[in-house]
Amino acid sequence: MEFFRIKKDIPFMRHALKFNVISFVTFLIAVFFLATKGLHLSVEFTGGTLIEIRYQQAADLEKIRGALGAAGFSDFQVQNFGSSQDVLIRLPLKDAQESARQGDQVMAALDAGAPGAAKQRVEYVGPQVGKELAENGAMALLVVVIGIMIYLAFRFEWRFSVSAIIANLHDVIIILGFFAAFQWEFSLSVLAAVLAVLGYSVNESVVVFDRVRETFKKSRGLTTPQVLDHAITSTISRTIITHASTQVMVLSMLIFGGETLHYFAMALTIGILFGIYSSVLVASPLVMWLGVSREQFIKPKKTVEGANADGAVV
Amino acid sequence: MNRYPLWKYIIVAISLALGFIYTLPNFYGESPAVQVSSAKATLKVDESTRNRVEEILKSAGIAHNGIQLDAIGVKARFATEDIQLQARDVLEKAFNPDQTDPQYVVALNLLSASPRWLTALGALPMYLGLDLRGGVHFLLQVDMQGALTKRLDSTAADLRIQLRDKKIRHAGISRDKDSIVIKFNDAEGRDKARALIADRQRELALTQNDLTLTATLTPQAKKEIQEAALKQNIATLGNRVNELGVAEPVIQQQGADRIVVQLPGIQDVAEAKKMIGRTATLEVRLVDESATVAGTGAGVDFFTDRGRDGRDSKVAVKKQVVLTGDRFVKASSTFDQNHQPAVSVELDAAGGRIMREVTRENLHKRMAIILFDRGQGEAISVATIQGEFSSQFQITGRFSPQETNDLAILIRSGALAAPMEIIEERTIGPSLGAESIKKGFHSTLWGFLAIALFMIAYYQMFGVVSALALSANLLLLVALLSLLQATLTLPGIAAIALTLGMAIDANVLINERIREELRAGMPPQAAIAEGYERAFGTILDSNITTLIAGLALLIFGSGPVRGFAVVHCLGILTSIYSSVFISRALINLIYGRQKKLAKIAIGQIWKPGLTATPAGSK
Repeated sequence: MEFFRIKKDIPFMRHALKFNVISFVTFLIAVFFLATKGLHLSVEFTGGTLIEIRYQQAADLEKIRGALGAAGFSDFQVQNFGSSQDVLIRLPLKDAQESARQGDQVMAALDAGAPGAAKQRVEYVGPQVGKELAENGAMALLVVVIGIMIYLAFRFEWRFSVSAIIANLHDVIIILGFFAAFQWEFSLSVLAAVLAVLGYSVNESVVVFDRVRETFKKSRGLTTPQVLDHAITSTISRTIITHASTQVMVLSMLIFGGETLHYFAMALTIGILFGIYSSVLVASPLVMWLGVSREQFIKPKKTVEGANADGAVV
Repeated sequence: MNRYPLWKYIIVAISLALGFIYTLPNFYGESPAVQVSSAKATLKVDESTRNRVEEILKSAGIAHNGIQLDAIGVKARFATEDIQLQARDVLEKAFNPDQTDPQYVVALNLLSASPRWLTALGALPMYLGLDLRGGVHFLLQVDMQGALTKRLDSTAADLRIQLRDKKIRHAGISRDKDSIVIKFNDAEGRDKARALIADRQRELALTQNDLTLTATLTPQAKKEIQEAALKQNIATLGNRVNELGVAEPVIQQQGADRIVVQLPGIQDVAEAKKMIGRTATLEVRLVDESATVAGTGAGVDFFTDRGRDGRDSKVAVKKQVVLTGDRFVKASSTFDQNHQPAVSVELDAAGGRIMREVTRENLHKRMAIILFDRGQGEAISVATIQGEFSSQFQITGRFSPQETNDLAILIRSGALAAPMEIIEERTIGPSLGAESIKKGFHSTLWGFLAIALFMIAYYQMFGVVSALALSANLLLLVALLSLLQATLTLPGIAAIALTLGMAIDANVLINERIREELRAGMPPQAAIAEGYERAFGTILDSNITTLIAGLALLIFGSGPVRGFAVVHCLGILTSIYSSVFISRALINLIYGRQKKLAKIAIGQIWKPGLTATPAGSK
C-alpha cells in the first residue's frame, strides 16, 4: 500500500499567500468570537459549585429547577450531562461560608422537590483558587512558548522558531475561538489539551524544518521556495499518517471517553486538524518571508554568528 | 550493519521483563481488607497487634485470606465485602471498647490481590486518584493573618502581666492591627518597659514615638508563627481524620498556607466536612461582669451566647485570653455528680498553673469557652467558677449528651492554631470512578487497536514491529507509573491514550524514511540503517518540544492538569525508548543477520523517482 504517489514536488509556496490569507481570516473569526462571546469558563476558573447527579429514570429538568428555585437558589444552571439520567447543576459563587455548604443544601432541596437523585460528584472552587488557576494557566502558556522558541532558535535558527510559534499560537487562538463560538465549557483539562496541542504541532513544524535544513545542505541550485516545497512534499505522507493515527486515538477518546473527556478530546481534535495545516502551510511561508536562505546553514561559522546577531536570537 | 551487540539485546530484554513484572499487579485487581492502625502517636502497632487481630477474628469465627503487618498497620484480607464489614465491626468493638476515646483506627481498605512474591518485589498496582476510586478532596486555606492576630493578642496580655509584675506603670496596652501599642505617662516607665520587652520578648521589634511604644512581630517571628500554625493544623487534621476511620488519608502542605486533605473511599461528605471543615479554635476567657451589654467597653468583646431556651443573648468577655485550645491535653464526655452531661477536661502543666491562678482570683465569677468558627466567635459554654481548678476540671452547662461528645472530640483532637476555610472541594462517587476507568480503558484500547491494524496493513513487517514497539511503550509506561506510584487520574488515562497516539509518529517517521531511501535506490540493509539514523534527530527534536510543553504543565498545573502532565512527560520518555531502541532491536533481529537481503516487507514502494527538481527545470 502506498497512499501518496507524488511525482513532483507540489508547489506549495506558490500558494503561500493564499494559505496565509485563509488562516488569517480564520484567526480573525476566532478572535471575533473570543472578543464578542468570550470563553465559557468552567467552575474551576470562575469559582462556584458544580454538582453531578444521577437518576434511575430520565431526569425531569424542570422539576429539578423548580425544586432548586423553591429552596431559594438563584442563577443556577441545570442541564443534562451525557445522558438523560445524568444531570449537571452549576451554582455561582456566593460568599465563602455559603458556598462550601451549597452541595449539601442542593441535595436536600432535591430530596424534597425532585427525589431519587444520587450524588455522583461535587466540585466546589473558591474565588482565590479560580484566579490562581487562570494565572497559572497563562503562566504555563508563556513558559511553553518561550521554552519552545529558545529550543528551536538553538537547534535551528531564530527564523524557524518565530514562524513555528506564530503558526502554532494561531492554532491555539483558533481552538479557543471554537470554544467561544459554540460556548463549550473551557475547563482545566481543556487547557491541558490546548498546551499539549501546542507542543504537538510545534513538533510537526520541527519535522518539516528538519527536512528544510537537510535539503538546503544537500542540494545546491534550488531556490528557497523550491527547497520548502521539496521538504513539505517529502514529509507530507508522514505528516498525514501521523496525524491520522493521533486523530484516531483522540476520536476514540471522543467516542468512548464519556462526557468528562468530551471537551478535552474536542480541543485535541480541532488542534490536530488545524495543526497539520498551520505547521506546514503557515509556518513554512513565514520562514520564507523572514528570509531563510542556504547561507544560514552552510556558511562558515563566523558568518552564521553574524546572521544571528542581527536576529538577536529571541 | 544492522546488528546490535549482545548487551543491547539484553538491556531490551531486561527492560521488557521489568516492565512486565511491574505491570502485572494491575491485572490482579483488589480484595477487600480491614486495616487496624494506631490513632495515637504513643501507641505502636507491632507483631502483638497482628496476633491480636488474628485471635479476635478466630474467636468471632471470621475467615480471612491472610493478615499482614506493614509500616501503616495490620491489614487483614477477606473474600467478600460482607465478611469485610462483619470483620470491621468485630475489630472495632475489640480494639476500641471506649468509643469516646479511640485508641486505634479500624478502617475499610482495598488491598492489591496480587501474589505475595510480586508485593515483595515492590510491584504494586497503579495508585488511583480520587476521581477514579471515589472519595473526598479538600483544599484548605489557612488564615495566617488570624494566627498572627491571635499571637499578638496573647502577647499583649502577657505584656500586661509582666509590666504589672515589675510594677511599671503604663497608660494602656492595645492591639492595633498588626502591632501592639503601649502608652506611658512618663519617660521613665517607657524606658523601663522598653528594656524589659527587649529582654523578654525577643520576637517583638520596637519603635518609639514620644511616650508611645509600638511593638511589631519581627519577620523571623512571623515566619516561625506561620510555619508552626501550619504544622499544628496539619497535625490536628490528622487526629480528626483518624476519628473518621479512613484507610489511606492524605494530609499535605501545599504552598505556604494551604493544606490538601484527601479521603479515599469516604462517601459521607457531610460527616467529613463537619470534622475537617470545622475550622474552630477554642479560647477560654473571663466574663466581664461590669460591662453593659449595650456598651462597647474597651478591653471587652461581645459574643453570642446560645441560651438554654434557644434564645441568643450577648455576653461580654474580656479581651485577655486565659487559655487557648492548645493547652488542652485530654477531653472526654462524661456525667457530673448530678448526672448531667459534662465534659471532663485535662490541661497541660502550664495551662493548669494559669488556670489555678485565674480561678483563685476570680472565684464565683463566670468564665466562657469561646469557639471561633471562621472568625465568628460564639460562647459555647459560660459557667460560673465553682472552685479553684487544677489541671483537671469539668465543664458543665447546657449540654445534651451529643453536644458534650462533640465538644470533647473538638477539644481532644486539639484546636487549630489558625482558622481554615475550604477553598476547593471535590467529591466523587465510587460508581463514577469505576465508570471513568472503564471509559478511559476502552478509549485507549480501541484507539490502540485501530492504529496497530493500520500500521500492520500499511507497513507490513515494519508495521508489526511498530505495533509491538507501541505495545512495549504502553507496557513500560504502565510499569513506570506503578513503580513510581504516581497518582493516576482520568486526565492521566487520557494522557496515556494521547501519548500512544503521538508515539506512533516516531515509527511513521522511521518507516517513511526507510521507504524513501529504498525509493532512492539504496539497498535494504543500508536503507534501514539510514532511515533510523536520519529519523532519530527529528524524533529527538520533536519529542523535546513536546516535553517542554509537558514540563510547563507539570510545573504550573494543579489538580487534573498535573495528573495529565506527569503521565504525558513519562510517556514521552518511554516512547523515545521504545520506538527507537526497541523497534530497532526487533528489526535487527529479523533482518540484521541476512547478509544478502534483497527485499524487506515495508509495504509497496512506489517509484516515480521523487527527487528535488533543480532550479529552472520545473
